[in-house]
Amino acid sequence: MTALLEVSRASKQYRGLAAVDDVSFTVEAGRVHGLIGPNGAGKTTLFNLISGLVPLDEGNILFEGRDIAPLPIHARAGLGIARTFQNIRIFEDMTVLETVAAGAHARLSAPFWHCLLGLPRSRAEERRVAAEALEALEFVGLADRAQTRAGDLAYGEQRRLEIARGLASRPRLLLLDEPAAGMNPHETADLACLLRRVCERGVTLLLVEHDMGFIMTLCCRLTVLNFGRRIACGTPQEVRTNPAVIEAYLGTKAAARLAARAGREEGWQ
Amino acid sequence: MPIWLDDFLWTYQTLIHSLGINGLLALSMYVVLAVGQLSLGQAAFMGLGAYTGALLSLHTGLPFALVLAGSAVVPVLAAAAVGLPTLRLTGVYLAIATIGLGEVLRVIYVNAEITGGALGLGGIPGRSATWIILLLLAGALGGVWLVGRSRFGRAMEAMRGDQTAAAVIGVNVPAYHLGALLASAALAGVAGALSAHSSTFISPDDYAFEAAVTILSFAILGGIGSPLGPVVGALVLTLLPELLRPLHDFRGVFNGLIIVLVVLFLPRGILPWPMTRLRKPL
Amino acid sequence: MFAQQLANGLVLGATYALFALGFTLMVGVLRVINLTYGFYFTLGALVALAGCRDLGLSLWLALPLGMLAAGLAAVIIDTALLTPLRRARAPELASLMVTLGAVLLLYSVLSMGLGTEIRRFPLGTLPAGAVMLGEVRLGAAQILIVVTTLVMVLGLWVLLSRTRLGLALRAVAENPDAASLMAISVPRMVMATSLLSGVLAGAAGVLIGLNQNAIQPYMGETMMLRGFAVIIIGGLGDVRGAVAAGLVLGVAEVMAAGYIDSMVKDGVAFTLMVLVLWLKPAGLLGRARVTRA
Repeated sequence: MTALLEVSRASKQYRGLAAVDDVSFTVEAGRVHGLIGPNGAGKTTLFNLISGLVPLDEGNILFEGRDIAPLPIHARAGLGIARTFQNIRIFEDMTVLETVAAGAHARLSAPFWHCLLGLPRSRAEERRVAAEALEALEFVGLADRAQTRAGDLAYGEQRRLEIARGLASRPRLLLLDEPAAGMNPHETADLACLLRRVCERGVTLLLVEHDMGFIMTLCCRLTVLNFGRRIACGTPQEVRTNPAVIEAYLGTKAAARLAARAGREEGWQ
Repeated sequence: MPIWLDDFLWTYQTLIHSLGINGLLALSMYVVLAVGQLSLGQAAFMGLGAYTGALLSLHTGLPFALVLAGSAVVPVLAAAAVGLPTLRLTGVYLAIATIGLGEVLRVIYVNAEITGGALGLGGIPGRSATWIILLLLAGALGGVWLVGRSRFGRAMEAMRGDQTAAAVIGVNVPAYHLGALLASAALAGVAGALSAHSSTFISPDDYAFEAAVTILSFAILGGIGSPLGPVVGALVLTLLPELLRPLHDFRGVFNGLIIVLVVLFLPRGILPWPMTRLRKPL
Repeated sequence: MFAQQLANGLVLGATYALFALGFTLMVGVLRVINLTYGFYFTLGALVALAGCRDLGLSLWLALPLGMLAAGLAAVIIDTALLTPLRRARAPELASLMVTLGAVLLLYSVLSMGLGTEIRRFPLGTLPAGAVMLGEVRLGAAQILIVVTTLVMVLGLWVLLSRTRLGLALRAVAENPDAASLMAISVPRMVMATSLLSGVLAGAAGVLIGLNQNAIQPYMGETMMLRGFAVIIIGGLGDVRGAVAAGLVLGVAEVMAAGYIDSMVKDGVAFTLMVLVLWLKPAGLLGRARVTRA
């Protein structure tokens, strides 16, 4: 097994508050790796560090053995890292087909002069992109919506569109930030099925999710964060029985239950 | 050339020139807005082009093509000096920095001897033939259109939609910001030189704050769905005061009102249709 | 000679700081570059002038009148133009554009109605005397400006750091969505900020108008160029930074005019601004929120 992504001793502080604190883990190629933890555990911050949206304070991040921490955001796409966002970020005014084609941006190579003069090479590339984008849409089941404005899609469709946009760059690693959030059980099952097919195509997945059933059926390894620190790492089975994990989760759940009860007693609605 | 066309061109030459020049200025504004930035320095870039062109024509024997090239280069340098530090910052920084540029240049024009001071610069040879202006407008519009239809245009549209998401799919956002700003400065500079060689007289007040706002109003009225929008916006806002004489005196009120109303009630402008790049292959 | 130059520079700097105070507040709390700010400055000066000249009011009545008029104008314009954009969550450049259109409209209307000629406060609005501090001479208007700037900076500081309103304003500046979850009425805070900024702009207009004693519709626009430089040099939305930047700019301008050439003076603000953008985009004190792409 080779490590595709290796995060070592990564730290990030916001105003003195450690959002990610000395976190290390490796994601092996071809696997589905889950990143879990209670709210505010630093999962999204970790995603932002990997995709370059925020700079790392300490530590490093190796992708295929290469340190990517100093690279700007756009260069990471070229290396084969794609991601989706927790609160969907699509280009609302673009058509669905264009959105997916935009996802292929890092792979396109028609030089500026060819485009400025409308030369055949850029036209041929555009035709290829259109065909590939449509193929990606078929893969996620959105082909019939190709000419729809992306902002007009239903919520679940927008989630799938974001995945198709990510896949259009032919990534080696796809980061998915709560892909099942806001979905009903039926949609979630469809999504799990889709993600398995993505993985079969040779794309490694790193997944942040709160839906434990979803995580447990899909992931072969899990990393658990709490308050920015890694508290456990292993197979779903190992993690499920890990005392630190149980405490982190039960702790918050128990607190939630207490708060709910206190609220009811005060007649607070 | 048929006589009637010749007549027509002669009678309306000034108007046709300003239509072409304003069209170019609107395109220069479009290029910046297309990447989700705002420059308020279009009038300043235009002024730099105008003064550069005028001085080159008055003091050297360069052919007009080279004069125009020079008028594109000087504003590009100014744009780089002001724009480079703001590339990685949010859009308001570029907007503020470019407002300042216009004013500082005005101070220079007014005080420097070579630019003729506050009285301006006259006796510029009328080298802007109608065909040159229209050819350059058509060329610029064609070029901007083709780039807009390519992968570059798609990347720009993505940046306008969501800058972060665009960067994540591999768009080098600062490079696009810089490229757009420099291209825009070059276009405005050429437009400025054309206008100087059309009116044969220029003065510092031609490139002040109000001119910058007027250029913005072209683009906002037309909408930035496609490069055609701003050009049509320029057409409308250049013709309207000619047709309705009273508008001439209330230009400031009118242009200001247009911007306010369009931004509030018609945010996509009068030509809101986006460019179609890809069609679903069958 | 140098002491007098320095004093002149500091007084000029105080006017810039005074002018930029409300502007910075708007930028910091409302997160919008509101280009109509200069108009409130003009309006304050014109209303106070009308009060002194046409109604025969004393300065001490005309000043609050000008401040009030400017504050009300700020609230009305913000509510009419920016609130709809806020509600639609329009991009930040849309609000900049709408204020740009509005400022052209407002100045054009004003100069059509009043003409662009320069108006002056009647003689005797301020005592004519001057105070000597060693070899430094300060006129009444200058002293008034320095004192008001001090009072206003202190007042704003107390308001922002010591009162409930200030706490709420800072919460809105930090994160409007989170603030509204904490039961802070964001629309009301937005109005309060507009009013406060407008009032500050009006006060600056009256006092600076008195000091220059040359009042015309476009005086606010001329000041805005200094205002932009001050908020960039001080850091967007940083009140203390704006005060420091105003003083630095004032001294730099007077020194440039005195020791290089008077023509250089008008270029100082822009040069400093571009330098800061290159070297320290978070402002002199380095505390502004600089969002990077």
